[in-house]
Amino acid sequence: MKSIILDAQKKEKNALLEECKKNILENQAQCNSCVTIIEDATTKKETSSLLSNIPYVLKDNFSTKGIETTASSNTLKNYIPPYDATVYDRLNQTGAILLAKTVMDEFGMGGTGTTGHTGTVKNPWNLECIAGGSSAGSAAAVASGAVPFAIGSDTGDSVRKPAAYCGIVGYKPTYGLISRYGLIPFASSLDHVGILTKYVQDAAIVANEIKGIDSHDMTSWDSSQIELPSQLEKDISGKKLFYIKEIVDIENYQNPTEELRIILNQFQEVLKSLQELGAVVESKSISKDLLETLPSVYTCISSAEATSNLSNLTGIIYGPRGEGKTIEEIIVNHRTNGFSPLIKRRLIIGSYVLQKENQEKYFENAQRVRNQIVTIMHSFFKEYDACILPCAASIAPKIANANDEMKQDFAVLENHMVIGNFGGFPSITIPSSIVSNMPIGINLTAEQKEDEKLLNIACKLEEKLNFKGGL
Amino acid sequence: MNLIPTIGIEMHCEMKSNSKVFSTSANTYSKHSNNHVSALDIALPGTLPVVNLECVKKAILMSSILNCEIPEMLYFDRKNYYYPDLPKGYQITQSHAPIGINGKIEIPYKESTLKIAIHDIHLEEDTAKIEHLMEESLINYNRAGVPLLELVTEPVFHSKEEVLAFLEYIRKIYQYTDISDADVKRGQVRCDVNISVALENEPLGTKVEIKGVNSFSNILLVIDAEIARQKELIENGKKEEIKQETRRFDESLGTTVRMRSKIDAIDYKYFVEPNIPKIKLDKTMIEQIKNSIIELPLSRMNRYKELGLSKEDIMILTKERNISDYFDECLKLGRDAKKISNWITGIILSYIKKEDVSILDISLTPKELNLLLTSLEEGTISNKQAKEIASIVLNEHKSVSECLEKENNQISDDKLLDEIVQNIIAENPTQVEAYHNGRTNLFNFFVGAVMKETKGQANPVLTKEIIAKYLNKEEE
Repeated sequence: MKSIILDAQKKEKNALLEECKKNILENQAQCNSCVTIIEDATTKKETSSLLSNIPYVLKDNFSTKGIETTASSNTLKNYIPPYDATVYDRLNQTGAILLAKTVMDEFGMGGTGTTGHTGTVKNPWNLECIAGGSSAGSAAAVASGAVPFAIGSDTGDSVRKPAAYCGIVGYKPTYGLISRYGLIPFASSLDHVGILTKYVQDAAIVANEIKGIDSHDMTSWDSSQIELPSQLEKDISGKKLFYIKEIVDIENYQNPTEELRIILNQFQEVLKSLQELGAVVESKSISKDLLETLPSVYTCISSAEATSNLSNLTGIIYGPRGEGKTIEEIIVNHRTNGFSPLIKRRLIIGSYVLQKENQEKYFENAQRVRNQIVTIMHSFFKEYDACILPCAASIAPKIANANDEMKQDFAVLENHMVIGNFGGFPSITIPSSIVSNMPIGINLTAEQKEDEKLLNIACKLEEKLNFKGGL
Repeated sequence: MNLIPTIGIEMHCEMKSNSKVFSTSANTYSKHSNNHVSALDIALPGTLPVVNLECVKKAILMSSILNCEIPEMLYFDRKNYYYPDLPKGYQITQSHAPIGINGKIEIPYKESTLKIAIHDIHLEEDTAKIEHLMEESLINYNRAGVPLLELVTEPVFHSKEEVLAFLEYIRKIYQYTDISDADVKRGQVRCDVNISVALENEPLGTKVEIKGVNSFSNILLVIDAEIARQKELIENGKKEEIKQETRRFDESLGTTVRMRSKIDAIDYKYFVEPNIPKIKLDKTMIEQIKNSIIELPLSRMNRYKELGLSKEDIMILTKERNISDYFDECLKLGRDAKKISNWITGIILSYIKKEDVSILDISLTPKELNLLLTSLEEGTISNKQAKEIASIVLNEHKSVSECLEKENNQISDDKLLDEIVQNIIAENPTQVEAYHNGRTNLFNFFVGAVMKETKGQANPVLTKEIIAKYLNKEEE
């Protein structure tokens, strides 16, 4: 089992910190991963935690007392919170060292890493490509080897997709395993704290340190019986996995690209590896019609919640105060100048689907479809230990081609990871192979609260695939 | 034309609790601004609401008192709108599943009672308070997140008197149950009034809502003004000019003015609050809360009426729960209702008023009063003595038994004192004559002489009575 964190623990702490500082500055110059770099970060008193004196980076949507927290938005430019997110607080208690706050798509609303107020994040594998989003800076920093781990957040696939594009591990635990207190929300019912590392074991170590019930977050739950790194090495022979036929069947895609063919073929190779490990892999079916609704159901629910969640941004209490003679003018100017057009588009969609005359047709129906899909997944998980699928239909796109408009043709393959958010299922992406000199990933998803089992399967598969694309 | 007004009320009441309904900052009155404010109260990005169980329990209590149906699952909704007093840009409230629906409550009205149908009661959070100055407006977030109960009646009232009786009775219940201080002066009770006017036996007229009425006296003015406005329009054949709209009361004009029409009505885009998981309400907990409901004021009033108390006394005795409890405590100890009532409404309440204390804190507890009244009934002390003792107990915080003992050590023997007084009068003819000639202050000379003779042991009250008897007899 590989672990960057355990290796780093063997190093002298000052040397480690200096090395990581140098790395993060280099990574910043190359990839533009950071909003804020904490250049005066110092080593701390040793703790008993595995994360003691391990440098890391944190996505800029986690509230950090005394450190600017912008969610990569102009509406929060220069906002310095007076309180700590629970995740940051727990990391402080372990003695981990925060080195930077990372760039993201504004408020997490995007999958490209190109919409942050401090500019585009570049993929360390190829600087002409996107790192993916929204946890773009966190993914790029870990992929470049600058820090042993990074914290991100995942509302649709915002940890798992950039992890796939950057050839690293992206883990989104069960909803509520890690407290969201202090995470600037995008869509509360879908938002998860996530972890980005190079190896599964590191993701398990970090998640284990920051998980747990939190009196500040009513959706968090008691996980004291769960030890995430405890079952990583268990034999997985006899484990049953399924994939969704409609998602990986090339026949379902019009005008498939050569890249898509390769990705789907590689997926079959991964399934063979699993079988060699003694696992059973079977195909399950979810109607194509239902799968095709995923992007719009996600847009509907996430935009609705976002519209409401972002209503606190008025520039009255914090954030740059808008110009104007009346309170309405002040609020309108703050929001008009602060939000990028992409955010405005989402806020308008959210407002539209919540309107009294539209709510039943759009918002309520979206909730019904969400429940329907989650119910189907629950029924599959009764029989299977995990679901396995490719992460995306392509390698990381070129920055010039990156936009958040739907790629209609491959929408199902590009958007299925949102199922993990719909059901609060634990879901992890691990790198599997290289296509056109860029990494691609595999996604595994399990039933709620089965994080230990999920990490076990991921860890064994990681070992088997022996991905050697480390930068 | 016999035009009948129909009125419905939305009554908002700030609840009493240790902390706010979704944050840990104190729910308390403060002279200062913005000193009870947490990160959530000013909606700092990333903060999350945590439901205060104390508030939920009190809400269930009120819901039970109003005989409402309580939902199986507790959850909340967001009511989205922009206003500077609403830091999050939404209010957490209950729209889909209020803590109580379809209730009813019997209230005292004039010589009888009224049954009021309740549409719903729900738990929500208060907004911040804006103070408008000449040049600027200031926001005080102390009130942001204070727990509110909003009680919505069906359109069941037909006069302002009925509305007032309802509001006052509900307010009394809030105070009796300690759910709220319901202090109108501190703005803890605020109402919206819905009014329509229609011909008798016709369907209800167009509903007009008047928002934000902050005192009971203004509610009466609002109802008068709005009924008059609508009646006038109907009587002048301009019925269609009554629009379904929201108005507010302009105190300087003495009338209601339009805020917004139905077309401009705010779409609050309600949806379920995702940060608060649905909580299954424990049936045992609800049963426990229901069993804990104290006897309501109306029931007490009826009971006191059967005891033969006057309407005025009943009003005084039931004004506050503590007074009523005190009275009931005395009743339990076996004393006569009318007598206790006289003692409470007389000496005890005047003391409480003068000293501005609670009846719970006075030294003359029901047990002490019982002891005193027993002695009085047994004839060991006179009515006058009893009142003196009560006064000593109240003011000097002595116990009744201590005072009674002192009385017992005194020479209270009528015959003995009579003898002593006779002797003294006989021994002091000059003073007796001077007294009769108008030097009435010499009365104290005789009292002093008796005291000297008895070494201070004579019962002063009796002594004075006897001296007066003899001096005045001589006069006749």
